[in-house]
Amino acid sequence: MSEIHITGLDKAYPGKNPAQDVQALQGIDLHINTGEFVALLGPSGCGKSTLLNLVAGFEQPSGGTLLVDGKAVTKPGPQCGVVFQEAALLPWLDVWENVVFGPKVQGLPAAEYEPRAEEMLRIVGLTDFKHHLPVQLSGGMRQRVGIARVLTLGSRVLLMDEPFGALDAQTRLTMQELLLTVWQKLKPTIVFVTHDIDEALFLSDKIYVMSARPGRIQSEVAVPIPRPRAIEVTTSDSFNAMKREILRLIRH
Amino acid sequence: MALNAFAAAGARVSRLGIGLLIPLLALVTWQVAGSAPELSSIIPTPLAVLQGWDQWLFAKPGMGLNPYLGTWLSNVQYSAYRVLQGFTLAALVGVPLGLLIGWSRLMAHLFDPLIQGLRPIPITAWLPFSIAIFGIRDMGSIFLIFLGGFYAIVVNTTQGARDVERNLMRAALMMGATRAQLLRRVVLPAAMPSIFTGLRIGLGIAWTAVIVSEMVAVKSGLGYVLWDAYYVGRMDIVIADMASIGIMGYLSDRLIVFVERRTLVWRQMQSH
Repeated sequence: MSEIHITGLDKAYPGKNPAQDVQALQGIDLHINTGEFVALLGPSGCGKSTLLNLVAGFEQPSGGTLLVDGKAVTKPGPQCGVVFQEAALLPWLDVWENVVFGPKVQGLPAAEYEPRAEEMLRIVGLTDFKHHLPVQLSGGMRQRVGIARVLTLGSRVLLMDEPFGALDAQTRLTMQELLLTVWQKLKPTIVFVTHDIDEALFLSDKIYVMSARPGRIQSEVAVPIPRPRAIEVTTSDSFNAMKREILRLIRH
Repeated sequence: MALNAFAAAGARVSRLGIGLLIPLLALVTWQVAGSAPELSSIIPTPLAVLQGWDQWLFAKPGMGLNPYLGTWLSNVQYSAYRVLQGFTLAALVGVPLGLLIGWSRLMAHLFDPLIQGLRPIPITAWLPFSIAIFGIRDMGSIFLIFLGGFYAIVVNTTQGARDVERNLMRAALMMGATRAQLLRRVVLPAAMPSIFTGLRIGLGIAWTAVIVSEMVAVKSGLGYVLWDAYYVGRMDIVIADMASIGIMGYLSDRLIVFVERRTLVWRQMQSH
């Protein structure tokens, strides 16, 4: 049984009249195995964020089945950690308090989560910034806190909604490498939403190309680039060949 | 380096100087015009006001009929104490209520009609009601102050609770927060800037309420003095009283801003 199991998933938003109903997602079939790194690739409006919201439990589907770890998703929770595009850190808490917020509200004992939080902050390289407020950090650093907090949560599934979209190109590359390092170490299942083909190819094992109106999975592309992957791999011939293929799929 | 400090200090002094220009001009005009015989019986000059104020502040209260000797502080204390009670009550009721109304549609449907329905009634219109229920006593004044502060606090708090960024809520839920924890740990802190706005506006209105209520409802305080001094023809005290009210309003506002700056450190650091 795969970690995330989706069949025939639909999501419709009612409009003012039936003609204005929006079919955000239609007939989505998706099976993601434990520890896989999967990308949802598509233009704006293709429903990839909606799909992520459904898996996260922020919204409910209109039809079909959605199982995470064999159980239906009824509400959000720590089993699926979410990393948002704008980090969404609590601005009145410092880095440390943001990272331990999850275990704290769940009432877990400090002895259990504090070492893990320290470790996650060390992995993302923010140990020296424990007592800084989010407003004092750069965009890239805030995203690192966003990643550290879901890792501290212990989520086995990470849902990432264009997490590096708001960053400049250089920072984005650094963050991509960081994410791969983290994934290599901890092996969570990752569903990564992006509109950037390079990013999808560099990071994932498998890319689901989506099309819009209605939102559908158009094709599934395997990415057999060997791991660990260095950033230089994005300039190789095989990389470009896959990129050409995906461009062809998107722009048919 | 020292030159920069000099330049900065000089800039500040000249800004202060320009700011004082028009008030000084107004005071001088007032002094000159007030010395003219036609006007001196109606409006006292600034110097006369200062003299009367000085006595009101520092003179020894005698056995005579002049109630404005050294009684300034006690009058201020009466009013300030009423404002403190009424405003604290308004905050204790208004903030939780505002949060609940912004948080729960059910609470909004329950309480909105009553609050919005009573809001247009000006505080002065509540005076007869307050006297009828509470009589000429402190409680009447405190009730009106409560009303003055309450609406501003509730309305601003509700807005603050409603405006919480959706992704903050989603992040907290994703991390395992219950609905109750969401209210206490996300909505409340996120609404704090709006709550402080409500507190500042509410306090300003509370001061006007205390003045109005003291004019008829009680027999002490700055509002009472305002009317009493006019009644006995002490216009110098009237004007000194007006200035005192302005000062008290200003100082209490500064107090809230001070607390706000300490509490909302994260807001202070946002540079926009």
